[in-house]
Formats: sequence, C-alpha cells, structure tokens
Amino acid sequence: MALTDAEIGALQEQAWQLRHDIIDVTVWAGGAHIGGALSMLDILVLLYFNYLNIDADRPEMADRDRVVVSKGHGGVGIAPVLARRGYFDFDTLKSFNQFGSPFGMHLDASKVTGVDTSTGSLGHGLPMAVGLALGARAQKKTWKTYCILGDGECNEGAVWEAAMSASHFGLTNLVTFVDRNGYMIDGATEEVMSLEPFSDKWRAFGFHVLEVDGHDFAALAEAIDVSLSGEKGLCVIIAHTKKGRGIDYMEGNVKWHYGSIDSTLAEKARASVDRMYGKA
Amino acid sequence: MSEVTGTTWTVYDANSMTQAEIYGHVLCEIGEERADVVGLTADLAKSTKIGIFGEKFPERFFNVGIAEQNLFGVAAGMALSGLTPFVSTMAAFASMRACEQVRTDICYQNLNCKIIATHGGISFGTAGSTHNAQEDVAIMRSFPNMTVIIPADGIETANAVRACVDWDGPVYIRVGRGFEPTWYDTEAYGFQIGRAVTVSEGTDITLICCGVTVLQAAEAARVLKEEDGLSVRVLNLHTIKPLDEAAVMKAVLETRRIITFEEHNIYGGMGSAVADVIAASGTGCAFEKVGLPDAFSLVGYPEDLYAHYKLDTNGMIEKVREVMGRDFEEDEDWEDEV
Repeated sequence: MALTDAEIGALQEQAWQLRHDIIDVTVWAGGAHIGGALSMLDILVLLYFNYLNIDADRPEMADRDRVVVSKGHGGVGIAPVLARRGYFDFDTLKSFNQFGSPFGMHLDASKVTGVDTSTGSLGHGLPMAVGLALGARAQKKTWKTYCILGDGECNEGAVWEAAMSASHFGLTNLVTFVDRNGYMIDGATEEVMSLEPFSDKWRAFGFHVLEVDGHDFAALAEAIDVSLSGEKGLCVIIAHTKKGRGIDYMEGNVKWHYGSIDSTLAEKARASVDRMYGKA
Repeated sequence: MSEVTGTTWTVYDANSMTQAEIYGHVLCEIGEERADVVGLTADLAKSTKIGIFGEKFPERFFNVGIAEQNLFGVAAGMALSGLTPFVSTMAAFASMRACEQVRTDICYQNLNCKIIATHGGISFGTAGSTHNAQEDVAIMRSFPNMTVIIPADGIETANAVRACVDWDGPVYIRVGRGFEPTWYDTEAYGFQIGRAVTVSEGTDITLICCGVTVLQAAEAARVLKEEDGLSVRVLNLHTIKPLDEAAVMKAVLETRRIITFEEHNIYGGMGSAVADVIAASGTGCAFEKVGLPDAFSLVGYPEDLYAHYKLDTNGMIEKVREVMGRDFEEDEDWEDEV
C-alpha cells in the first residue's frame, strides 16, 4: 500500500530520532558498528513502524511477523528501534556492552525482548529465515518473515545455500533485503571480494530482484508490496544504502564500519543528522 | 518390516532392522501423535532412514539438498516457528560441516531440534575418514544446552528417540550405520535420558560403555566370569551429557577399577567425561580409556576395525586382564600418599 505524505513524514521523524538514539547508544556502548546500523536503519524503521504485525505488549504472540537481522552486528541499530517501538525502556540501553548487560553488539534473542533470532555470525540469518517461512507455511500460518542481509555477508556460501532453498520451496511469505552499502570491514566489497554482478546472482538463484534507494521510504514500501503480493514470485530487495547515513564524516567511509565517538564527535554527528532532516 | 505389537508400544525386531530403520519407524509413530514434528535432511533421506517419515508425511518433510549448513539453519528457523524438527544426516556432517549452525543457531537459542546423526564413529569404516565421526561427541558435548546420547542398539534408539521428543532443548542422538548386533530384546528396561543402565552387576571391575561397545562388553563379562572367575560390572552410559555422575562414582567406589570403551577418539569423548568425574572426586582407582587412538582410522569393515581397536569382546577381555593386574591403592587411607 503506497505511503501517504503524512506517513512518510512520521517515518522521517522516527528515523531522525533513531539516528540520534544510535549516536547516544554508540557513546554509551563505548563503540559500535555504527556505519552498518545507520545504513539499514530506514529499512528497520519502515518495517517496525509501518509493516510488521507485532505487539510490544505481547512479544511472543504466535502469529506475529518475524524479523531476522542476519547482519547481527547491527545490534546498535535494532535495539533503539525496539525500545522506541515499546518493547523496553530506552534508558536500559545505557548498559549496552557493560558487564552483564542484556545488550551486546550482537543481540541475544533470549535476553532482548522483541528480537526474534540471535544473530551475529554472518551467513546464518537467511537459512533461519527460510526455516521460519517454511515453518509458517507448514502450519498454514499467514505471518511473514523479513530477513535483512548485509552485502559483505553475501560472500558466505550458506547465504546461497539458503537462497537456493528459498527458491526451490517457493517461499513468497519471505521478504529478503540486502543492505547494499558497498563496504565490509576490510574495504569496499568490490575490492575485498567482488559481489557484482550482484543482482544477476540473485536472479540466477530464482529471485525477482527489486533494486531501490534504501533510504527512500516510498520506494522501499513499493518494493515490499511487490514482494508481499507474490505476483513476481520470490523477491529480494537490494537496498542501495550509504554506510553511516546521516553523519557526514562517516558516510561512505569504511573506517566507520565499527567505531567509537567521543562527545565532540557525537555533537558533530548530531548536528549532521539535524542538517539532513532540515532541523538545524 | 518385522514387528510384533505389544500392549503399550510396537516392539521392533532389532535383529532384522537397523538402528536407523527403527528410528525411521519410531519417528512415523511420533508423527502420528504430534503434528509439530517435522523431518529434515540433506540428500540423505534413504541413508539415514528419515525418508520413511518423509514417505508417510510428505508435507512435513524437507530435503534441502547437499547443504548441511542450510539444513541446520532451516531447522533452527522451523523450531523458532513453533515446530519440533528432527534432523538427520551423517554424524561427520552434523558435527563438523554444520558445526557452527548447530552451536550458534540451535544450541545458543536453546531450540527444540533433535539431531539424529547416523554413521557415527567408524561404523561406515569402508568409507574412510571423510565419512567417519571420531570427534562428534567431543564437539557436541562442549555446546551449552546440548544433550548427547549414544544408544546401544536399535531398541535403545527407539527409546531415545521417543524420550527426546519431550526433552527440552537440543538433543544429539548418534547411531551407527546400521547392521550392529542388538543387545536389548525389549524396550521396557527403564530407559531415561541421563540415567545409566546396569547391564550386568559386578564387584571386581566396571566396563563403562556406550553404543556398539555395550553388547561386546556384556559378552566379555560373561566370558571373564567363566574363564577368570571375575565379577564384571557393565554400565551402559547411553547419555554422555548430562552424565550420570552418581552411577560412575558408585562404580568407582564399589569396583575400584574402571575401563571405558567407546567408538570415538580417546580425547574428548565419553571416556574423558568419565575421567573428569573421577578426577574431580579425588577418589583413586585403576582407570583406562579405550577408544580410537588420536589418529585417523584405518579403512575396513566395522567388525574388523572394532577388533583392531580392541572395542570387541576379545579386545575387552585383554584390556580387563591387563587392568586387573595393575597395582594401585585400594584402601581408603590417603595419609601415606600425601
């Protein structure tokens, strides 16, 4: 369903708040995978505030939609989203990374309410998402499974084992995103291990490929709708994103895959986010 | 299928059915009772016999092709969706090819996945080391939340498979390739996960066994009684984790001589688990671990390999005589040793 201007405005407001939140949590945590958290944030915002059939008061609701964030290092992005969606108090994130905290850089589903799957080691999410989608179908349930992959993660063979099986089983109740921010720890994806022709690879595995701007809510929503409609069969949404999106000194800079920020850098980051949202 | 129907359950004729075949049939029975049970494999439906379930419940059976990492990831996802997956592939692939998926996707999330791994140990000895699993117990028992069971034969496999359905969390059941002889003739001997079974009582020495070595040890005990007048206790320690520490310590205190026999590398398997218990207790006893040496196995038919590695009746008799001749302090007086 196409988003209205009002809906897009509300999502932008939410994304602005959450970019500030991610900066705060990165400071509290003493460092985080902030670049990749910011690149996938708009996908998370759209899912959690517009698409998902979930109830923060009933986190274990049997028929809830499931989300598998396969790029589990994006924990610093997911946790604030869950807090703002009502799963827990935002202030609890002050303990992030601290001794005995429920929150570590890769979120543990047994400790963080609202997280459906524990992820972190790359290449594990899509197989689990395939299992969730198959499980829903086997039980004749209509809930959907959403999986967010990192692009660098697509070097892992298990991603393609899962892609092959998603296609073989015809899982149109699965919506797969790739956060195509172009970077992995050691550099640009095309320098470390070429992914291109990336969309052709997905097509060869039986996916209908939707390439969109991963920071454009309207375009993302349109792609999700196509995926959910089943009209094009099994879909993958390759979301072209910017690593560190919103923080000018981080954008497209591989150095910010993981980083720490002091109060000065945090202030610069907040100012940059405000400028992007026209709030400066 | 050869079977007789008992009053409470079907008793399988384990002499004419392999462990894996019995597993396949038991899983079908469970499938009748439990709609949440699904079966998964990676192109080994026939070899692991989970295909028997697949033929009966095609809508609840998923073959992911030759892709073991995906197999266990998919199983984890299905468990997260509310189902109880039974996953079958060879022990080597479950424990090593998909090691991280079993550990991180299944054990870390403490999911109700039941792994029935076939071709354990050197039971597929002609296939060579690529298909052997001499390391799986060490790997699996090091994973938090994992329960590890090695049934003695087909009858015990039936018991273990039934028991694991309602056992909370992940379970690894390791069976052989198939044509191992059988020990039990009835399923009604009080099988419980985590509780060792005394196969024969004895006071001179205890042979702690699991899997195929149980039957061999029972026969060795009989021969040793006849020929040497020895009273040999045989413990079937089918559950390696959680370990029945009480049964181990009872054997230590009552027989003071212990030999473990297992179809696994002597490092890290059942023998090591038993050794941990004994060492931590501070109680002295004569102790010997017998298993596969820390080397890749020779090629051969299992019965020849078991004989070579002293895991058959003759090898066990030899080991018992050796350990019986060993000098060690039997009294409780530790003063002179400090």
